[in-house]
Amino acid sequence: MAARGPGKDGAAAVKFDDEPVPGYPLPILPGHTSPGRLERVLRAGHFAVTTELAPPDSADPQEVYDRANIFDGCVDAINATDGSGANCHMGSLAVCALLTRVGYAPVMQISCRDRNRIAIQGDILGGAAMGVCNVLCLSGDGVQAGDHPQAKPVFDLDAVTLLETARTLRDEHRFLSGRKISCAPRVFLGAAANPFAAPVEFRAQRVAKKVAAGAQFIQTQYCYDVPLLREFMRRVEDLGLLEKVFILVGVGPLRAAATAEWMRKNVPGLHIPDAIVKRLAGAGPSAAQEGRKLCVELIQELREVRGVSGVHIMAYRQEQSVREIVERSGVLGDRKPWYPGRDIPNPEQRVAP
Amino acid sequence: MYVLRRWSVRHARGLNAFYRGLESLLVAANPLWRAIGYERVDHPMAVVERVFKGALFDCTMCGQCVLSSTGMSCPMNCPKQLRNGPCGGVRDNGHCEVKPEMRCVWVEAVAGAARIPGGAQALSTVQHAVDRRLQGRSSWLRVVREKTGPRP
Repeated sequence: MAARGPGKDGAAAVKFDDEPVPGYPLPILPGHTSPGRLERVLRAGHFAVTTELAPPDSADPQEVYDRANIFDGCVDAINATDGSGANCHMGSLAVCALLTRVGYAPVMQISCRDRNRIAIQGDILGGAAMGVCNVLCLSGDGVQAGDHPQAKPVFDLDAVTLLETARTLRDEHRFLSGRKISCAPRVFLGAAANPFAAPVEFRAQRVAKKVAAGAQFIQTQYCYDVPLLREFMRRVEDLGLLEKVFILVGVGPLRAAATAEWMRKNVPGLHIPDAIVKRLAGAGPSAAQEGRKLCVELIQELREVRGVSGVHIMAYRQEQSVREIVERSGVLGDRKPWYPGRDIPNPEQRVAP
Repeated sequence: MYVLRRWSVRHARGLNAFYRGLESLLVAANPLWRAIGYERVDHPMAVVERVFKGALFDCTMCGQCVLSSTGMSCPMNCPKQLRNGPCGGVRDNGHCEVKPEMRCVWVEAVAGAARIPGGAQALSTVQHAVDRRLQGRSSWLRVVREKTGPRP
């Protein structure tokens, strides 16, 4: 993949002078905890764009690459979900290992639902060894939500203790047991937040706990209600968290009014105001287009909200639309995030994955 | 019992005060526990705890009680056993994602904590990973031992 030829866009206005060579680790910049590009983009003050890759129901690595390269040049990092919605797919560690082979910057999602602390700590070490620089620590959906409701839910840790565990590995160079590790995983730690679910008044405080436990960035649930988000951000600021954590707000295009209605009913914790559903219904046959337009407008509005460092675009089964949405929103400016083959490959980069 | 559990959250203030008193008594009785031997007294104490807390809080005897920090709503009744706050799946009506008929234990915890002096502050305390070996053991005696220092 690295030898795919010159990039889609020859000019890249913002470039680090040590852009990744697939398989080569980047140096860790002063004040950074990871060598990753997501941390670099955020700490450099750029508006970051991340997205989500739905891992395939397949053992074919090409399917992972096909799902990743549709985001080429429009995102800074790709989240690899960990059995999202409690449905079985290719594991996030494996997806990340495939992605790092060709130089992508994945965010490895870890949910507490399926593994205990022994397995999770092993995966963090393994992921870091494979070049994973970002880890998103999640509680995880309940097994009742997925395709294996008869499974045993683990939940040995919760999102906060998972963050503490990852931070212990990274900063104290030891397992939870106290046993030393010889090389710590250099990872940028993230967590999720849902500013829109009950108890709303506690949500910012929950972020504060996650930050206290080690979270350096937050990716939120889908946001369709900017006033409610502003309220949440005010509370986050009041708790003094804006200097400690980067907040990426979740967004996503809605395909139709019926989709919005279905999601409201079936995705717990998702909040979509009536006005949004009405607007989609009013668009008639061009609802999908209206949904993308709405997403673009949301991104532009969110960009102006104090403390918002980026957006996390979740476009499940609409991944093709991410490029259009990012380009129309203009939030990247003249920045072209790195992807395999963006720069004219030098002989070193011609190494096959 | 669910009804009693909800009652306990509504009476979080009184129950917390009661526990504080009980804890002082248990701490004062430390020489007695030491004379009998903590290991020997652990089982009978756990039985009392199971009956009392089982009725009031649907206690599952994790052995590391955090009720005073969670508004008298036991987080181990969360289907995900989340001890540091609610997941993102809480329904609009404040009910649980996994068990739609049950109020989210953390929605309850926030309400209960507001009734306890310093309760909201206590909610912010990061609870560390559960030690699963303590399952079934007395949480009260563990607190007494922590407060009275290591055994001589």
